[in-house]
Amino acid sequence: MKYKSQKVAYWFFALSMLLLVLQLTYGFIMGFARLGYDGLHEWIPFNTAHTVHLNLLVVWLLSGFMGAAYYIIPEESETELWSVKLAYLQLITLAIVGVTAVVGFHFNYWEGRKFLEIPRILDWPVALNVILFLVILLMTIIKGKKTSTTSLVLFGGLVAAALLYLPGMITFDSQVLDSFFRWWVVHLWVEGVWELIMGGIMAFLLIKLTGVDREVIEKWLYVVVGLTFLSGILGTGHHYYYIGVNNIWLIVGGIFSALEPLAFLAMALWAVNMYRKGEKKHPNKTAILWTLGSAIVAFLGAGVLGLAHTLPQTNIYTHGTLVTAMHGHLAFWGAYAMIVLAMITYVLPNVTGRKLFDTSRARSAFWLSNIGMFTMISGFGAAGIAQVYMERKLGIEFMEVQNEIKVHFWVLITGATILSTGITLFIIDFIKYGTPSDEALEIQE
Amino acid sequence: MLSKKQAQVFFLGGTAVTFLIFIMLTIYSLSSAQDQSNQENLTAEAIRGKEIWEKNNCMGCHTIMGEGAYYAPELTNVLERRGDAYVKAVLMSKIPWQPQGRKMVAYGMTEAEANDVVAFFEWVTEINLNGFEKVNRTISPLAKDRMID
Ligand code: HEC
Ligand code: HEM
Ligand code: HEM
Ligand SMILES: [Fe+2]
Repeated sequence: MKYKSQKVAYWFFALSMLLLVLQLTYGFIMGFARLGYDGLHEWIPFNTAHTVHLNLLVVWLLSGFMGAAYYIIPEESETELWSVKLAYLQLITLAIVGVTAVVGFHFNYWEGRKFLEIPRILDWPVALNVILFLVILLMTIIKGKKTSTTSLVLFGGLVAAALLYLPGMITFDSQVLDSFFRWWVVHLWVEGVWELIMGGIMAFLLIKLTGVDREVIEKWLYVVVGLTFLSGILGTGHHYYYIGVNNIWLIVGGIFSALEPLAFLAMALWAVNMYRKGEKKHPNKTAILWTLGSAIVAFLGAGVLGLAHTLPQTNIYTHGTLVTAMHGHLAFWGAYAMIVLAMITYVLPNVTGRKLFDTSRARSAFWLSNIGMFTMISGFGAAGIAQVYMERKLGIEFMEVQNEIKVHFWVLITGATILSTGITLFIIDFIKYGTPSDEALEIQE
Repeated sequence: MLSKKQAQVFFLGGTAVTFLIFIMLTIYSLSSAQDQSNQENLTAEAIRGKEIWEKNNCMGCHTIMGEGAYYAPELTNVLERRGDAYVKAVLMSKIPWQPQGRKMVAYGMTEAEANDVVAFFEWVTEINLNGFEKVNRTISPLAKDRMID
């Protein structure tokens, strides 16, 4: 750690871990409900669990991104954060808004639009919170000695993510227009601006962990995010095939979304090549594992599994089935969950001054959570393919098919248990590191 | 070899061009000449139905036009599949609806509310979904020759 104010990052990561645990809990509630064990139905019906699962996912990832930004921006700008007090205020309000929203979901305070369920009255505090966050970062960049490409890409991604929240706040009478603009948020986040955030964090980690020259790493960062937008913006069309808009999107969405995997391939090749070129001297091997793992799993989950159902000819059958859930899990895990966990693994020893990395527990956390996630998506995948065949091709009724494919959800629960074991080990390490300390300032990273 | 400056131009240029095309395509496909979303038949009942749909987060279990959660039946064509009376019975039920063993929330809606939701489904049925509406029929388009109607 070079600047005292970087310690703020720790508390965002702590909030992130807390929300992750809750997210997994609600995942289990849904998994068991699908197996027929829905004893909680009265209090937490499936739609409540689903909403909580998805919104906690988004909030813990955002909290992780914010922590990452509070660590990266001062270091890249070579200055303390503009205001530590305001950063803590931002943390506390984020936690309050997040918890209020989640509690509200249990009492039907929601918008009922997948991923964007936060009720309108809470949208405003969210907006204020994010503006505060961006102002703190901007002031830090302005007063800093340097402005690096890495911090610009990261900051640009965060600003764009905030702006893209706005189309989701417009209300429409038509379900078609509603979902049209819902994708401006959801798709343009995960297949657009969040990839900038991911790219910025990835570049920072590669610079720190591989020792390769910054100019080389940042040049390829531009290439990666260039490919992202070139394919991802028009790729939004893959959500417009079958929701009641013009069929021009079948061609545009089909072609450009089929190019999206190139951006993820470039990201993976970039990370692996920089590691190969590097000196391999950095002692925090587990952070390298998570960093490279994130790039590779993102390619598999988003790139490969995305491609599997993105052509209109395929999507007409898989649209809105468990095949989508398979892809959604691995893509979010690889691209966004793993990059946050990579950043945490890198930052913890630096802010606490304790070097607990490279232990067998840290490595097990990585392998168990990944093996668990791959097991889970093989459950979703097998169930999804069977569902598509029976429901969409043979024309068997939805619920009859669901009863046939129930068995695959035991695989899901098994995978989820392995994943949760891995995450538990990760959190044990997190706790063992203890809280950040100014003594860590002197320590060589 | 590519320089950092060139890489930056590639990023900014590519983004600007594709973003412009995206906005143009959006305007084109939402223009009234291209409209296929059944906008003209959007009644007050159907709009109220959509509000009920959102207020209760039906999308947290069901999909409609393929969007939502995958726990409960796709509802795009539910009226063709079940008819109005059945759908109203589901919505007005005071105990969790679960003929096949998976529980829905017991909404116990009034007749008027149920009618609004039905109007919403009716409106959805008329939307041109570029062929998806046929896939969700009990008989798949791959078996067109077996279709009786
Ligand atoms: C907790 C999850 C859940 C929620 C929330 C939910 N449903 Fe359902 N719904 C189900 C399940 C499960 C079934 C199928 C039950 C069975 O067949 O065992 C069903 C069946 C139906 C059916 C009959 C479909 C058919 O093909 O037989 C309709 C219509 C329906 N729901 C409409 C709605 C509407 C409208 C809402 C919102 C006001 C809603 N549902 C909310 C779970 C849910
Ligand atoms: C990290 C990047 C990505 C993430 C986090 C992600 C996540 C998701 C999620 C959660 C959904 C379900 C959305 C919903 O129904 O509300 C989805 C749908 C979809 N994704 Fe991705 N995705 C990513 C990248 C990609 C890529 C690169 C492709 C294409 C190559 C792709 C293709 C699709 C398609 C076609 C659907 C629609 C599925 C359907 O019709 O039901 N995704 N994605
Ligand atoms: C304990 C582990 C987990 C379990 C048991 C679990 C289970 C589930 C279930 C049952 C669904 C609903 C599918 C449906 O609509 O019927 C779901 C949705 C989802 N979960 Fe998880 N999940 C877990 C962990 C995670 C993690 C770690 C992530 C992200 C990295 C994640 C991301 C998602 C997403 C994006 C969706 C929406 C998918 C879509 O609609 O396509 N889940 N999960
Ligand atoms: Fe997408």
